Amino acid sequence: MQGREAGMDNSYAEVMARKKDILSRATGIDYGEFEKSPITFDYEALMGSCDYSPEDIQGIFLQTGVGETPLVELRNLTELVRSISPPGKGCRVFVKDEAANPSGSFKDRRAALSVYHARRLGYKGVVTASSGNYGAAVASQAAKHGLKAIVLQEVYDSRKVGQPEILEKTRACEAYGAEVWQLTVGPELFYIMLRVLEDTGFFSASLYVPTSVLGIETLGYELANQVLQREGRFPDMVLVTHAGGGNVTGTARGLIKAGSRDTVVVGVSVDLHGLHMASDFDFNRKSFTTGHSGFGIPFLTWPDRTDVPRNCARGLRYLDRYALVTQGEVFYTTELLAKLEGMERGPAGNTSLAGAVAIAREMDQDQILVVQETEYTSAGKLPSSQLTFAKENGIEVRRGNPAENVPGKTIIIPEKADQMRVEDFNLEKIRLSYIKNAIKMAKGYEPTSQDELFLAEDSKSLPDFVREAIGSMEIKPAGTA
Amino acid sequence: MPDAKRDDLVQIHTVILEPSERASNLPSSTKQVPYECWVKGFLLDKCADKGDEVRIQTFIGRELTGTLHKVNPTYEHDFGTPQEVLLSIGDEVKKLVEE
Repeated sequence: MQGREAGMDNSYAEVMARKKDILSRATGIDYGEFEKSPITFDYEALMGSCDYSPEDIQGIFLQTGVGETPLVELRNLTELVRSISPPGKGCRVFVKDEAANPSGSFKDRRAALSVYHARRLGYKGVVTASSGNYGAAVASQAAKHGLKAIVLQEVYDSRKVGQPEILEKTRACEAYGAEVWQLTVGPELFYIMLRVLEDTGFFSASLYVPTSVLGIETLGYELANQVLQREGRFPDMVLVTHAGGGNVTGTARGLIKAGSRDTVVVGVSVDLHGLHMASDFDFNRKSFTTGHSGFGIPFLTWPDRTDVPRNCARGLRYLDRYALVTQGEVFYTTELLAKLEGMERGPAGNTSLAGAVAIAREMDQDQILVVQETEYTSAGKLPSSQLTFAKENGIEVRRGNPAENVPGKTIIIPEKADQMRVEDFNLEKIRLSYIKNAIKMAKGYEPTSQDELFLAEDSKSLPDFVREAIGSMEIKPAGTA
Repeated sequence: MPDAKRDDLVQIHTVILEPSERASNLPSSTKQVPYECWVKGFLLDKCADKGDEVRIQTFIGRELTGTLHKVNPTYEHDFGTPQEVLLSIGDEVKKLVEE
C-alpha cells in the first residue's frame, strides 16, 4: 500500500538492508555511539541519553493523567490464600490498579514519555507495532499531544480469524483516532514497520527505546513509596508480568531508585510451551497474546531481537526469580478478583496476580507482596469471550488440575484454590543461553575481560560464571583455548 | 447502486507479500500463505464496488490504495457466552474465606 516512490526497492530483502538508517532517523538515537565491542555496549549511557530527570517525568505524566494509580490491599484474597496455607503463612497481597491509567493499562507509562519525546524532537507522528495495550496507549498519548499515530497489529490468521482480545485493541486504537494496519501472522510486521517509518518520517515509539523503559520506572518508584508511606517499609516481593522485558526492567529500576533494593523481583509469564509464535496454525490456539513464555523466554535469552539495535528492556539484569502459570489459572484468578474484591479487570493483566496466589502461600503472614498491574476489561478482554473463542478453535476447556494442562490443546480451570501453583523456570539455564547467544552473535570475536564483566552484569551473574559458560561452548570463539 | 460512495467508511485489503516473497525461516503453515493487510478509512473515489481497486483517506489523513473489502465494517468481538466452568468459582471461594 505504501512506498511507491520512484526508484525505491521495497522488496523484503532491500527494506531490511536499510534497517539501520531507517531506525536511526526514526528514534533520533545513534546507537553506534554506545557500542564498546561486538558484545559490550554502555547500557546506562543509552538509558541516560534522553535526559529526563524523575521530576521531569512526573511533570509530563501529570499533564496527561498518567500514573499515581491506587495501591489496593486485597484483603479477601489474602484471607483465601491463608485458608489454604500452612499455619503462619499467607502474606498480605496488594495490587497496583494500573487500569486507572487513561487507556486502561500500565502501558500508558511506556507511551507517555516516548510520545512526549517525539513531539519535543519535532516528529509529526508516531508508529508502533503492537497487538496489545501498548498500541492503544500510544494512540491515546498521540491524541493528547496532537500527533498522528499508526499502529501495526498482528491480528488475523490466514482464515481472517482474529482473537477477541486483539480485535478489541483494534477498536480501541481506532477510537483514539489512530490508523490501524490489521496484518496476518508473521515476523514481517517488522518489515512493514520499516516501510511505514520510511514513508512517513514518523518517530518509532518502540517498546524498547530508553523513554519507554524510563516511563515504567515510575511504576516501581511509585509502588515502593506507596508501601513505604502506608506500612513504614518497602515491599518484600514484587510480581511483574513478563513478556518483552520492559515491565520487569522498568519496575525493578524504579524500585532501586526509590531505595527498595532488597525487594525480590519475580517475573511471571503464562506457560505456552510448544506453540510457535510465528505459526499461522498455532496463532489462534492460545488465549493470551502477550505476557507469555513464547515472548518471555526468548527475550531473556536474547534481548536484542527487537525493532531497535539495542533493547533497553533487559529483564535478565533484574530478575530474581521467573515463574510460569497456566492460562486456566489466570482465568480462575480473574474470577477471584471480581468475586472477592469487586474488581473486574482484564485477564492478561492478572497474570502476575495468578502467580501471587501460589507464591503468597510460601511467605510469612507479615510479609508484603505487591502485584504491580491490572488492565481494563471490555468486550473481547474477559474470560467468557476468550474461552468462547478458545472452544470455537478446538481447545478443550474444563475444570481439573492445572498441572495437567497442555498449551494449545487444553485450558484447565482449577477445581480448588489450592491447585494454584507456579512452575519455577531455572534462571541459571537462561543465563547460560544468553551468554552463549551473545558469543554466537559476535561471530568469532574473542571476548575480553570487559566483555565478561558486561555479560555478568547483563545476566545478573558473576564474571567466573561467564568464563565457565564460554568455556563450556562446543564452538569456541576465535582465539580461546 | 454501488456498494460504497465517496466519504463512506470502508475497509481495504492488500496482499503485501506473496508466499514466495516472504521472510525465510517461517513455520510451514505460515510460509504457504500470503502476508495480508486490512486498513480502514474514508473512500476517496466517487463510488466503488467490493473488489474494486480504491483510494482511501485514513483516520490520520494519509492516502492509501487497496481492494475494497467492506463498507462501514462492524466490530464483531463481544462478551462471549457465559462459561459453565467459571460460574461456581465465586461461591466456592467465598465459602473458604468465610470459614
